[in-house]
Amino acid sequence: CSGSPPSTMKRPVRKKKKNRLLSSRAEPASFVDILEERRRGSDISHALRAFSPPPGCGAPPPSPSALNKMVLESQHLRYVVLEVRDTPGQEEAAALLDEMSQNLQVTFIRLLGFALSKIFTRLFRRIQVNEDGLARLQQATQEHPVILMPNHRSYVDFLVLSYIMFTYDLSIPVIAAGIPLMGMSLIGEIFRRSGAFFIRRAIGSDKLYWAVLSEYVRTIVRTGFAPVEFYVEGLRSRTLKSLTPKMGMMHMVLEPFLKGEVYDLSLVPVSISYDRVLEESLLAHELLGVPKPRETTRGLLKARRVLEQDYGSMHVYFGNPVSVRELAKGRIGRGQYNLVPRDLPGRPSEESQAFASAAAHRVVRLQERGTVLSPWSLTALLVLQRPDGTRWDLLARDTLWLRGIALQLGARLDWPADLPDLEVMSSSMALHRSVVRCEEGCVWLVEEAGPEPVTQEEGVFRRASAVLMCASYRNQALHVFTRPAMVAVAMGTVPGHSQEDIYRHFCFLRDLFANEFVFVPGCGPQDFEEGCSGLQQCGAVSATDHELKPTEEERDTIVFLSAILEPFIETYQVVFRILCDERLQVFTEKSFVPAVRADAMKLLISGNPVTLRRDTEGYLPPTPTCCKLQCPNIYFRQSHCRIHPGSCSPTPLCGPQVATSSPI
Amino acid sequence: MASNTDISERQRIAARRLRVVAGHLQKCVQGEGAGVSAQACKTETPRSSPAKATSVPKRRQDIMKWNGWGYSDSRFLFNKKGQGEFTGKRYRLSGMILPSLKDWFEATFGTSLQHKTPATPTLNVSAVPPPNLVEPFVEELKVAGVAASHDPEGRVFRSHGHCLHEIFALREGRIGRVPDLVVWPNCHNDVVKIVELACKYNVCLMPYGGGTSVSSALECPLEETRSVVSLDTSQMNRILWIDEKNLTVHVEAGIIGQDLERQLNESGYCTGHEPDSMEFSSLGGWVATRASGMKKNIYGNIEDLVVHIKMVTPRGVIEKSCQGPRMSTGPDIHHFIMGSEGTLGVVTEVTMKIRPLPEYQKYGSIVFPNFQQGVSCLREVARQRCAPASIRLMDNEQFQFGHALKPQVSSIFTSFLDGLKKFYITKFKGFEPHHLCVATLLFEGDREKVLQHEKQVYDIAAKFGGLAAGEDNGQRGYMLTFVIAYLRDLGMDYYVIGESFETSVPWDRVLDLCRNVKERIVRECKERGVQFPPFSTCRVTQTYDAGACVYFYFAFNYRGLADPLHVYERVEHEAREEILANGGSLSHHHGVGKLRKEWMREAVSTVGLGMLQSVKEYVDPNNIFGNRNLL
Ligand SMILES: Cc1cc2nc3c(=O)[nH]c(=O)nc-3n(C[C@H](O)[C@H](O)[C@H](O)COP(=O)(O)OP(=O)(O)OC[C@H]3O[C@@H](n4cnc5c(N)ncnc54)[C@H](O)[C@@H]3O)c2cc1C
Repeated sequence: CSGSPPSTMKRPVRKKKKNRLLSSRAEPASFVDILEERRRGSDISHALRAFSPPPGCGAPPPSPSALNKMVLESQHLRYVVLEVRDTPGQEEAAALLDEMSQNLQVTFIRLLGFALSKIFTRLFRRIQVNEDGLARLQQATQEHPVILMPNHRSYVDFLVLSYIMFTYDLSIPVIAAGIPLMGMSLIGEIFRRSGAFFIRRAIGSDKLYWAVLSEYVRTIVRTGFAPVEFYVEGLRSRTLKSLTPKMGMMHMVLEPFLKGEVYDLSLVPVSISYDRVLEESLLAHELLGVPKPRETTRGLLKARRVLEQDYGSMHVYFGNPVSVRELAKGRIGRGQYNLVPRDLPGRPSEESQAFASAAAHRVVRLQERGTVLSPWSLTALLVLQRPDGTRWDLLARDTLWLRGIALQLGARLDWPADLPDLEVMSSSMALHRSVVRCEEGCVWLVEEAGPEPVTQEEGVFRRASAVLMCASYRNQALHVFTRPAMVAVAMGTVPGHSQEDIYRHFCFLRDLFANEFVFVPGCGPQDFEEGCSGLQQCGAVSATDHELKPTEEERDTIVFLSAILEPFIETYQVVFRILCDERLQVFTEKSFVPAVRADAMKLLISGNPVTLRRDTEGYLPPTPTCCKLQCPNIYFRQSHCRIHPGSCSPTPLCGPQVATSSPI
Repeated sequence: MASNTDISERQRIAARRLRVVAGHLQKCVQGEGAGVSAQACKTETPRSSPAKATSVPKRRQDIMKWNGWGYSDSRFLFNKKGQGEFTGKRYRLSGMILPSLKDWFEATFGTSLQHKTPATPTLNVSAVPPPNLVEPFVEELKVAGVAASHDPEGRVFRSHGHCLHEIFALREGRIGRVPDLVVWPNCHNDVVKIVELACKYNVCLMPYGGGTSVSSALECPLEETRSVVSLDTSQMNRILWIDEKNLTVHVEAGIIGQDLERQLNESGYCTGHEPDSMEFSSLGGWVATRASGMKKNIYGNIEDLVVHIKMVTPRGVIEKSCQGPRMSTGPDIHHFIMGSEGTLGVVTEVTMKIRPLPEYQKYGSIVFPNFQQGVSCLREVARQRCAPASIRLMDNEQFQFGHALKPQVSSIFTSFLDGLKKFYITKFKGFEPHHLCVATLLFEGDREKVLQHEKQVYDIAAKFGGLAAGEDNGQRGYMLTFVIAYLRDLGMDYYVIGESFETSVPWDRVLDLCRNVKERIVRECKERGVQFPPFSTCRVTQTYDAGACVYFYFAFNYRGLADPLHVYERVEHEAREEILANGGSLSHHHGVGKLRKEWMREAVSTVGLGMLQSVKEYVDPNNIFGNRNLL
């Protein structure tokens, strides 16, 4: 995309023109609180209610053992067993399948339903779901196999989803879960019986395992008796920012369509957003390199402390089902399997990979669009730009201003209209007492209490953890601003106002941040257009045939938007600098992140300001370079030891070699 | 196709002998003996012998519809009482009332008998473009004694096949490009003469056999500016000799299927080649399109049946020098001819294999709980290589459709459904009336073997939950084969248009392909504004070692559509795309014609297409055979 400017730019971006994507994302959704009824009614009768989901598109559900038998007897597995091992392979496959497979039982769903009614009513004020989305989902399940694709922010994500499905009389999904969950003996078994199946973390090149897993998933999709649910982000996002999708499961679920085994598939993006995430404090620690506690049943019980707190509301937005057939139209030739048996094990073709990747990215984008933001997410954005504390009245004023922009950009906000704005903002912030405090009209970040005195390192650590927690909530809102912000930054680095130049710089940023934010591959022009029309919507730019100019009145907006990206850009610069350091020659990804962390720590402690060189070229080289680095998670920034990394070369990849472990 | 079950063994053998003898006697009357007869090509020889009476006159429009399927006297209609009825006397269904047809029709298509779309009753001759004749060519033909005519009705009749769009246009009285002249060669030598003259005067020739093409193969290319001559082969219809020692027959290529079979039957033989269009399609047409017959499991498809072909091309006559049953002499030149769709020359004479008439025929049917089980059963039958002469599996919609054609009273139509209902409560418990499907079977051979064979097949069926559902149902299914083609005209009287198309596909994809294509049709119709869900159904009509032939029917109610034909064509196009995407072939037997040309390159690769083109270039450099099919 770095080459020629997008064709859409040939015509002027007209001010009145409505961006289809934006308008679709801003469409109002009416949410219903499912806990309300739980608070009024009996949990027992809810758990024992007549549960009769409408039949899916496929045959009636096979018993778990019948399903396993289908998998074991599949031609695909036979091929692989022959290929990798001899006869014991069959038994091994059976053992793998035993370890993996779900054992969905309605009784357990009921049990779980009962327990969850108890737990959720304590944890959350409300669980808001969009019923129209559920109605569409129900419709979809009757037509084609459905793939439920929620974002992943908390351990409870999938529990909530199954709970909603149960409450609304929809087929309980079959859920791909990580093996660690299985490790929790009792819980593991309950999950299994509630429809979870378990996937090992590091599969690597174990062909037999891959084969068993993919055949298992494909068989479920093919038979279409229940929705398949998996996290396309692969992991729980520790930063609360969307992660770029992982492709393993995606390929498995798409394959039955690409091979013609099903007519179509519906991908249903589900956006789960929490006012406050249960694992909040763990997140920051994990990001800072404190190892995460192993998932054990005991640990979970200890987490009872978690139950005592108030987590506000959560929103679950069921997006419009995306027809894979529609997505595939003109993008992929389904005839590619015509000349080989469809069961033959083989890697997906390049064409399929590109298609799956685009589809996965698209779903993550849809998840982002369905996300409901709390007022605090907006406030957090501002707090981070003033980390040394700020006056509450100013903060409130700016939050309101930002709300205007966010709405222009099509964000979904949970902003009760019947309460005074000030109350809305302060109560939303109050939920985050552990992160931010407001005293005597001033607002500042709360640092974790701990034994005094603190070493310098500990000081930075505590500070960082506060900043990171705050940043997580900012991250929830980030996707709303990324594209306009990138255009804003690009405009700032281009002499003149030529759209073409701005687009080129935009593309550089897009490539640079390909692993940082979610961009649908090959959609550079659309992203740019979205950014531009967002800015126009806010009145921040005016566009003519070939030019894009900031407007005088809304300069603040441009400055503000650029500032959103600043920490990210600076982080990359720090990392590039470290990469260019000769001392680092060859290193593994594993050692890389701690090394960066240590270096950054040093920089912060020394407080050594490194000047940022911002001459005409700036950090944007004339020929955009694609940076394929996994970004380490260090983008905090403190005023008292501000990093100004400067004189590093902007093309870091010519530096040391990064030995990355093979991605899953 | 009478069932022989009720004749005792001895009677049957005796009857057969008598027929054989009678056949020989008739031949001897006309000429040589010793089981081999030959006839010279004499243009004006009156066709005296009843066995030779041709069922295709030069003026076909005298007995056949000019704007619909089949014989003029036979058609479906809804009578004043609103009952379905089939007119005429030719078929077993003729003259019968079909009480459930109306309900099925209205329910399936959401139509009402109030809303009619009658066809233009007669051809408006003045709408036919005047012929563009090359006078010296016409003169020389006359001198050579070749019959020719530029009568507008005859030209219009030969300007089309039986694609929906062709018939639809005629019903509306729209006449497109039509041939300028029709010629009727009487024998091979006539054809040689015609081709010579065509080359000499650069006239475009289009061979015309039975006119049953369903691939736009007979449509005159719009871009053709030369005089277009339709070469009607119907008068080249003699059996030239029967060779009983080698079991072959040598026939002129214009003979139509039913005549060939009837005449051979009189001699105690058959070719066994029975495409559903055999009442009208010709031997030359079969060769030119690579046709497939219902009973190919025993007799083979056309490519298995031909031993020798003679074809007249602009370069001269192509044929092999002997009748050896198999040769290794490079690529088989027959395979340039078969499927050439009239682009290379005219097939004039063919030597074909024949078989003694089967001593015993038995129909059968099997009900399966669902289509999937049925397909699995057919697959197993193919695996064991024990397919009966014919085995066809209909999906549920077609099964129900079959019921709609149940006549009021008739012995062979003993009420299946009623029987089934009883059955259903007792043995069929678990069979969903909206899922079950039926296979029809036809066994042929000697009695012992047939019975054995039958048992083998029913045993396999039982493994897949199939239950024998009686001979009558089977026989009825095959009998309907010939009348079903008449139904489209009825539909078109009431806003319903439709068509069938086919493909071949590996076994493991049969189910997926059937489901996806049917679904695609439904979705595409909906998207294109078709108000009522279309009739979208399929059946598996042939089994092979490595796959099957699948046949789709598709029809919809077009009320409210501005351009129904366009919608129809788009949907058919999308359906074909879906077939190809699911590993199906471009065609199993209908051929490519002009309708499916756009996919030829994809189907046979660029090099493959180039090969075919270079053959065309060599054989017919001036594109005398300019129907522009295939390439
Ligand atoms: C109701 C119906 C049922 C059908 N069922 C079957 C079926 O079961 N199996 C099957 O295979 N097909 C079937 N068809 C398709 C059609 O009947 C076949 O393609 C048949 O072989 C065409 O023969 P025809 O004599 O009618 O040829 P035409 O339709 O007259 O011509 C078809 C093509 O062959 C060329 N051609 C004809 N005669 C000669 C010749 N002597 N020399 C060179 N080229 C020639 C023509 O130029 C044209 O391109 C069916 C069609 C209909 C309408």
